[in-house]
Amino acid sequence: MSAEPKTGAPLAVLLPFKVEATRLSAPRLAPVHAALFGAGLALLAGTAWAQSGAAQLSPLEVIVKWAPLLLSGFVFNILISMVAMSLGTAAGLGLGLAMLAQNPLLSRIAWALTQFFRNAPWLVLLFFVMFLVPFQVTIFGVRIPLPDWAKATVGFSLPVMANVAEIVRGAVRSVPSTQWEAADSLAFTPRQIMWRIILPQCVKRMLPPWMNLYALVAMATVQASIVGVSEMLTLTAQVHTAEGGRPELFAPLYGFALLCFFLYCYPIDRFTARLERRFQIR
Amino acid sequence: MAAPTLSPAAWTPDQPIVQLIDVHKSFGSFEVLKGVSFDVKKGEVICIIGPSGSGKSTLIRCINALVPVSSGAIRVENIEVADPKLDKLALRRKVGMVFQQYNLFPHKTALQNVMMAPVHVLGQDKREVEERARALLQKVRLSGKENSYPGELSGGQQQRVAIARSLAMRPDVMLFDEVTAALDPETVKEVLVTIRELAEEGMTCLLVTHEMNFARDIADHIYFTDRGVIVEHGPPATFFTAASDPRTREFLSQVL
Repeated sequence: MSAEPKTGAPLAVLLPFKVEATRLSAPRLAPVHAALFGAGLALLAGTAWAQSGAAQLSPLEVIVKWAPLLLSGFVFNILISMVAMSLGTAAGLGLGLAMLAQNPLLSRIAWALTQFFRNAPWLVLLFFVMFLVPFQVTIFGVRIPLPDWAKATVGFSLPVMANVAEIVRGAVRSVPSTQWEAADSLAFTPRQIMWRIILPQCVKRMLPPWMNLYALVAMATVQASIVGVSEMLTLTAQVHTAEGGRPELFAPLYGFALLCFFLYCYPIDRFTARLERRFQIR
Repeated sequence: MAAPTLSPAAWTPDQPIVQLIDVHKSFGSFEVLKGVSFDVKKGEVICIIGPSGSGKSTLIRCINALVPVSSGAIRVENIEVADPKLDKLALRRKVGMVFQQYNLFPHKTALQNVMMAPVHVLGQDKREVEERARALLQKVRLSGKENSYPGELSGGQQQRVAIARSLAMRPDVMLFDEVTAALDPETVKEVLVTIRELAEEGMTCLLVTHEMNFARDIADHIYFTDRGVIVEHGPPATFFTAASDPRTREFLSQVL
């Protein structure tokens, strides 16, 4: 920004329209980047194919051939992320409210749980659940099998729970205490105050961090491949092997997985950013 | 705790509706209230004035148990406020309160703000409550603003919604905690008019206020607090002209 000290131009912070310029200097991801990325992949696939013999399928043909399988794996990733997010949100809401409880013992325990699950690597939690939870449970003589993917889902929902608990606690705390006073003086019970007056005000504040968390969970689900769940990354590795493990297929296949996740998470990220901006103006 | 002077079960309208006996309140080692006693009769309008930090807001908050007292007794009708087994909800149905910062629920419209407590706390019929809420909003001259959110209303309008919200619970006593202190001078009047009408209808009102002229007009009795005690009180006619306490005289000379 050109400074004009002689004319005594006001500071940049007072001129929002000028600050706009700084936006350009810090580019954010845009759909065009995804297109460029895709084009890069195609180019990569093309050159890789040129180097290989003509008898084999081109990388692009390999992707097209296996796309239905790979995409079904991707859908599985999405499913795991959604279920983990739902479980984690429900549990996290309870844990967050427990942290805010009047009972010091309850709030202390909830706090400790939250800290524990928030500060543990997600992969470690995943292993923890995979190997500590049996492959089936028997309840009243009914044997309920627990497939790997179900256990993995629970594994992901643990860090979600802790993060949601923290989001809930922070949002509730951010509501001015005068709201409690006003509701108190109208004879609402503490439970009514929380559910009818405080939490509804929090939804707006909680939505952006919650959606951010979801995007992280969606991307983290590929870690389930390490514990043998047949999600996209596992399938990608299997496809690579099935195609003879040709090194030139490596980048296109994994690039395809990258692209899928990008195309899924990027709109979430954009939407979150928009929500954040809208809520800030209010 | 002071010995009760009347049997709680036997409250009749000719007895004080609010009674404070030697109320003390400390926050940590800081004693905010150092023994405050007074009676309020049904239908009376009481104004509490005094310098900032003299414990006015704390005093008024003790009456609906938003602030627990350290010692002393407070009675509202037949409810013993300082009783550890106090039914807070029963007390707060009798005592309405309006705050300096309005404290409306921002996620609800004006009408919903007024309706919420009767519907969810008293469990009254929604349609009947809505009718009453609309009438109350009309009474505070806010017809047409039913569906506005607090953020879309001016300070004075928000404060009048807050008054209507409190009245919807049909309280017997109304507490006003510096309700015009956060308002623009132009909007102060519209809120004072509302309170005046309320007082004229016979509502028992306790006001903490800095509006001396309003206090002189409206109050049946004025209490002047300084450093946690009542140093002077009387009906406005004598209070403003013949205050005997030097601190009161000094305060009045500064604000009048």
